[in-house]
Amino acid sequence: MKLAVWTYEGPPHVGAMRVATGMTGLHLVLHAPQGDTYADLLFTMIERRNHRPPVSYTTFQARDLGADTSGLFTSACRDAHARFQPQALMVAASCTAELIQDDPGGLAEAMDLPVPVIALELPSYQRKENFGCDEAFLQICRTLAKPMPRSDRVTCNILGPTALGFRHRDDLAEITGLLSEMGIEVNVAAPMGASPADIARMGRAHFNVLLYPETAESAARWCEKELGQPYTKTIPIGANATRAFIEEVRTLSGSTLPVDEARMRQPWWAASVDSTYLTGKRVFLFGDGTHVMAAAKVARDEMGFEVCGMGCYNREQARPLRALAKEFGLDALITDDYLEVERAIEDAAPEMILGTQMERHIGKRLGIPCAVISAPVHVQDFPARYSPQMGFEGANVLFDTWVHPLVMGLEEHLLHMFRDDFEFHDEAGPSHHGGHAPRNDPGAPAAPAAADEGGSMPPPSAPPAQPDTPSLPDNIIWLSCAERELKKIPFFVRGKARRNTEKFALEKGLHEISVDTLYEAKAHYAR
Amino acid sequence: MSTGCRDTPVLKQRGQREVFCGLTGIIWLHRKMQDAFFLVVGSRTCAHLLQSAAGVMIFAEPRFGTAILEEKDLAGMADANEELDREVARLLARRPDIKQLFLVGSCPSEVIKLDLARAAERLSVIHGPNVRVLNFSGSGIETTFTQGEDACLASMVPALPSTPEKQLLLVGALPDVVEDQALALLAQIGVTPVRCLPSRRVQDTPAIGPNTVFALTQPFLGDTHAALTRAGARHISAPFPFGVEGSTLWLKAIAAEFGIAPEKVDQVVAAPRVRAEKAIAAAATTLRGKRIFFMPDSQLEIPLARFLTRECGMDAIEIGTPYLHTDLHGPELDLIAEGPTLSEGQDVDLQLDRVRASRPDLTVCGLGLANPLEAEGLATKWAIELVFTPVHFFEQAGDLAALFARPLRRHAALKRQHPNRLEAAE
Repeated sequence: MKLAVWTYEGPPHVGAMRVATGMTGLHLVLHAPQGDTYADLLFTMIERRNHRPPVSYTTFQARDLGADTSGLFTSACRDAHARFQPQALMVAASCTAELIQDDPGGLAEAMDLPVPVIALELPSYQRKENFGCDEAFLQICRTLAKPMPRSDRVTCNILGPTALGFRHRDDLAEITGLLSEMGIEVNVAAPMGASPADIARMGRAHFNVLLYPETAESAARWCEKELGQPYTKTIPIGANATRAFIEEVRTLSGSTLPVDEARMRQPWWAASVDSTYLTGKRVFLFGDGTHVMAAAKVARDEMGFEVCGMGCYNREQARPLRALAKEFGLDALITDDYLEVERAIEDAAPEMILGTQMERHIGKRLGIPCAVISAPVHVQDFPARYSPQMGFEGANVLFDTWVHPLVMGLEEHLLHMFRDDFEFHDEAGPSHHGGHAPRNDPGAPAAPAAADEGGSMPPPSAPPAQPDTPSLPDNIIWLSCAERELKKIPFFVRGKARRNTEKFALEKGLHEISVDTLYEAKAHYAR
Repeated sequence: MSTGCRDTPVLKQRGQREVFCGLTGIIWLHRKMQDAFFLVVGSRTCAHLLQSAAGVMIFAEPRFGTAILEEKDLAGMADANEELDREVARLLARRPDIKQLFLVGSCPSEVIKLDLARAAERLSVIHGPNVRVLNFSGSGIETTFTQGEDACLASMVPALPSTPEKQLLLVGALPDVVEDQALALLAQIGVTPVRCLPSRRVQDTPAIGPNTVFALTQPFLGDTHAALTRAGARHISAPFPFGVEGSTLWLKAIAAEFGIAPEKVDQVVAAPRVRAEKAIAAAATTLRGKRIFFMPDSQLEIPLARFLTRECGMDAIEIGTPYLHTDLHGPELDLIAEGPTLSEGQDVDLQLDRVRASRPDLTVCGLGLANPLEAEGLATKWAIELVFTPVHFFEQAGDLAALFARPLRRHAALKRQHPNRLEAAE
């Protein structure tokens, strides 16, 4: 038993729903108690889908438990087939139905329905949402895809995009365009947009492009083994990774067509002098393994940030993430405990968080700007505009999204120079974010609207990044003049200044921190 | 006078029920009871529901959490009770401000027959008297949406102290602002003393006894009604306090119980009544003559249909409710004119067929169905907003009407733009 306040991933049957809802012509029958239909709203509200997910639930109740729950299941399958006429039927149990052991797979097979039946085993008490996606897509491929002659022209499948995925809709469009520029046609993109009939012809493709290992790595491996299709290992997030992806695709496809990089502005935007202020900004990364690993490289190599912490919530990616963290000189944080992530961020005191919607709220509490790079998703992660994370346009989007929460270059200098200006002071927040000034009464509690408000910046009344009484060794005290001097430092670097000064004092064996200590520490850590 | 809908035969169908489970009630209950913590003993699905159902996550230190059952708890490798005791001890150590802990049963905990009543007794001994530990089930196999609040309040009744005092107990978790309005109206009428269940803090817990009379503020409190009756209290039957008519009749029924003449109520409510009528009239210009269809959801459907048909001039096509308590809803059914279909329970696909066939002007439904219906050009009102918004009594009557008018006004404002409306016009 483990106490959870917030969860990064839903149960595995929600993963299966993401696969089914992304597809067409497939229907999922879930053996599940009344109430599990809440999951429909993930798709209709968060993703704003204009149709119900293709899912029927048995919604059994207590009175059914003593009676015939398997009868409920078979009638739900029969009704779903009659009403929706799917090309294939997928069946699974949610956590409660797993306990009553009705064997939905066996029951559905025995019904002799005129369409293929895909039975899922989802261990709800061990695994989570991403596993559910991966397993559902694997079983769909195993049931429906068959080896067949390759297409005459070089084609590939794109594997991984699902319903409710973080920017999957736009990544798919961006990568499809990039492949087209390279002269490679997409045979099938799946699960998103594919029907069971499309899955059946996946074998025609020469190779596979795997966009999200979280949702489709098992299927990619199966296709490699059973259909003889190699798959791409590079995730094209960021300029460098996109170029590496293009090289990998050239190797797999033999394509020699030139690719026009002109629309990728990110490298020049990062190199231009206006971006100098980004140098060495300390960022903390948390999210799913794939997005965090990609973002870490972009942060260091393409934005000039310093990565001061990274981690993921999906254990499936723990090994590669740990290896990458080591390369960065860090220990990876592998946890799905939101409170543990909050503690780690507090300890690292970064200048920015690249995280999920959960970390956005942690950032609000701690007063640290945050940009969202990964699922779990929120209604804001489905913008009306085109906003991919992958490919050339994805690199542009990353630049804009990550810079937006920060105080901009010259503004940062001005804040240093004129820190007591009554309307242009550091705690008013970056001037390009509306609604931050005038500052609330400092005595007021942290803004209650913060949870609903959509911006990526902390509210003006959020507490500063560092509590005023950090865990300071008992034998070190701040002299009041030094304390006053510290308060003149803008809030977005004050936490770091305090931490560095204390570390410096500790190393030097000092018991009092004076204004001189503050500036000696500043010189010591100057970069 | 006609008996309204009371004798209308009820359509009962069985199939997929597109409803929340009772755990959803925790989302408002934990805000109402400020020193209580709700610990769901369940699965990852329960935790996921709680954070998804609220629409936005309430990150300001939630007073609820889920003890997620794992493989080893189910396989008997770990003693689930020991695990629960450990998690509760950790939780209470971290949150010394918690004075009431509710262990909330879920579908998996019910199916594996984890005895949370005994666990609550055991934990009360360990952590009492500082912390009171109670239990109820919010599982989907036993409760639908607002029944979770009913189960929670019912679980509190046996633990209430007793009193011989003649008093009124208001039952139902109202927003504080609304509760204060109700208390002020009752005080002006001369009803005293008045207590509330649930109380905002544990030290204000009401007592009950043979001279306690109680009035329900919510129509979904059947089990709490039964538990209070068993404990010797007596129910004041009345329509529910939605709209001018419901609020007035509800107050008059209470006043009569306390020997106060209805004229006194009329005098006290005169000014709020005028304000409410004015506010309702503004929304009613949009609502009058419009046809409304209620999918079963919050159990507020019957009182709301009464309000919308009688005070806002709407026509009800179908009034669906998860459960029809004739005892509690009888006074409401008497007031609703014959005509609408009454349905209890649901086969969602068949019910959607009826929605599409009748093409109502407004459909009240859950979040899972709203956008799909909107995409078909049908205006909807999310039912969950009705339990998250202050809607009771006079000062909120206009807001309640406006909640239904807004989607219609929006449809009118966007009619040139809606993608499916264009298709429909062609």
